[in-house]
Amino acid sequence: MFSTIRRSILTLALLAAVTAASQASAETLINGAGASFPYPLYSKWFSEYAKIDPSVKFNYQSIGSGGGIKQITAGTVDFGASDKFLTDAELKAAPGKLIHIPTVMGAVVVTYNIPGVAKGLKLKSEDVADIFLGKITKWNDKRISDDNPGVALPNEPIIVVHRSDGSGTSAIFTDYLSNVSPEWKDKVGMGASVKWPVGLGGKGNEGVAGQVKNTKNAIGYVELAYAFENKLPFAFLQNKSGSFVEPSIKSTSAAAAGAVKSMPHDYRISLVNQPGKDAYPIVGFTWLLVYEQQKDAVKGKKLVDFLKWELHKGQKLAAPLLYAPLPENVVHMVEKTITTIK
Amino acid sequence: MEERLDTYAKKGNGDAIFRVITLLFAFSIIVILLIMTGEMVIESLPALRKFGWGFITGSDWDAVQGNFAALPYLYGSVVSSILAILLATPLSVGTALFITELAPHKVGTVTASLVELLAAIPSVIYGLWGILVMTPWLQSTVEPFLIKRFGFLPFFRGAPYGVSMLAAVFILMIMIIPIITSIAKEVLLAVPQSQKEAAVALGATRWEMIRIAVLPYGRSGILGAVILGLGRAIGETMAVTMVIGNTPQISLSLLSPAYTMPSVIANEFAETAGKLHASALMEIGLILLFVTLVINFLARLLLWSVTRRWKGGVA
Repeated sequence: MFSTIRRSILTLALLAAVTAASQASAETLINGAGASFPYPLYSKWFSEYAKIDPSVKFNYQSIGSGGGIKQITAGTVDFGASDKFLTDAELKAAPGKLIHIPTVMGAVVVTYNIPGVAKGLKLKSEDVADIFLGKITKWNDKRISDDNPGVALPNEPIIVVHRSDGSGTSAIFTDYLSNVSPEWKDKVGMGASVKWPVGLGGKGNEGVAGQVKNTKNAIGYVELAYAFENKLPFAFLQNKSGSFVEPSIKSTSAAAAGAVKSMPHDYRISLVNQPGKDAYPIVGFTWLLVYEQQKDAVKGKKLVDFLKWELHKGQKLAAPLLYAPLPENVVHMVEKTITTIK
Repeated sequence: MEERLDTYAKKGNGDAIFRVITLLFAFSIIVILLIMTGEMVIESLPALRKFGWGFITGSDWDAVQGNFAALPYLYGSVVSSILAILLATPLSVGTALFITELAPHKVGTVTASLVELLAAIPSVIYGLWGILVMTPWLQSTVEPFLIKRFGFLPFFRGAPYGVSMLAAVFILMIMIIPIITSIAKEVLLAVPQSQKEAAVALGATRWEMIRIAVLPYGRSGILGAVILGLGRAIGETMAVTMVIGNTPQISLSLLSPAYTMPSVIANEFAETAGKLHASALMEIGLILLFVTLVINFLARLLLWSVTRRWKGGVA
């Protein structure tokens, strides 16, 4: 018993020594923190990039967008990451000029569990808002059945499930609802945690998906990647141009392509409900937050090199992990932005 | 004897040093508690100033509008923990009695180690099991039954969602049973054999022996075990968050979803909508600390009165 403990302590000590040694030999360590949504892709990027430039090591903590904004504002990390763009007040609070670099896009899908109804239920955006407001209460409501001729919708109450934890997914979804429904905007508003008028709260994507799966006649919302991986049925939503769009990597990228005309130079734009025939309506950028004036020239140079790589080679790794890559025209814009980092 | 103690004392000031060191250790715990409390009070000042007593009497929690009131969370925490304790205590004490007094030695040992194994399972595993196995079962079997048979009571009204106050109570009960059982077992093992033999010699049956000789002796220890269980129940976060439905409302029905204080902190702290939101969550933490202290204090009071009453009697 005691010898086992002693042995494990020794192993631990050895491990600690080895890690310390390897850290000492790495030339540059770049620290980042923030959004958890893009974390799987970022860690893939960092490990791939380590093969190209072994002299730089990235350390990313997925503590959430709010945490990322706090850390980069306090200057405790070299870059931040967020699913929401900073407000003017937040930008002012930072000690230097912060640049938003969009990396990829994510989408949120509406998932449901109606016995006998597979994927592809068609929903108008205002109907989604009214379901989550508790105004449409039954699945066979005329407003839903009119868009779905031939689908047997039950005369049962709709059970609404939402995220209970503060999350970027909720922020994008409530941004969309505020955009398509004045009543939602007025009564509830948008945010990572809001006061939901109806429904149950599930923790995380898995909480919402599990609840929807277990509850007949339930409706909820999850990240696109999560819905794909778990083969959840999802609704086709009507976009601004009037067509019902299936959520996919392509229709997500199309939303940014549609927004490129109105794209501000700091990329602080919400991508929900964008024009374009193929644009899926619940889409958002995720950004890296980087100071324009880098304190450490070596680190700054390495960071810019990485951003250039991520913008071209890195984008190709996005789709297999179910993130939507930036459309070509946005890539060109971002390229120019990166060159301003000193 | 006294002479020998004196010679020890004269040998050097080892004892004094030892005393100072242990005093420092004990003191550091108090200091940490004070620093923590102080920090929480400072952080929650904006919410304290803005909402005052309304924070614990109101029930509007809206991060977008900046209105915060915590009564539903307080209610959810207190009710779920107390119900869990009420269910877990008889089960645990019964198990402990079985292990120590009734089971053949081997069976008892196996049961005891199985119960202790339960205590080692991380709470997120309980949560996952709760959401994947227990809540579907509650939803399809238990809750419809309760609604059908006991629906006339206000406690079993509403639709069967699965995730509910009931689910939280069950998961908490399962999580605190090992704690109460293993402590109660140790307490019961400490009952002097002579006392039990005396009861049996007077013609007591096994049940009577347990009732008059074992339980009274272990009463204060068992109460201590229950307090520890309650402490765990009220602070438990992850497993409860996963099964309680996270809806801030006050409902008599055990079938409706609810919300607890640790859950809302875990859910919302990472992505707060601003200083006031963070401050309101901090204040909930402060209330949680306060509730825990009050419960501990009341339990100690109970313990004290019980032990005093029984002092002359049996032990």
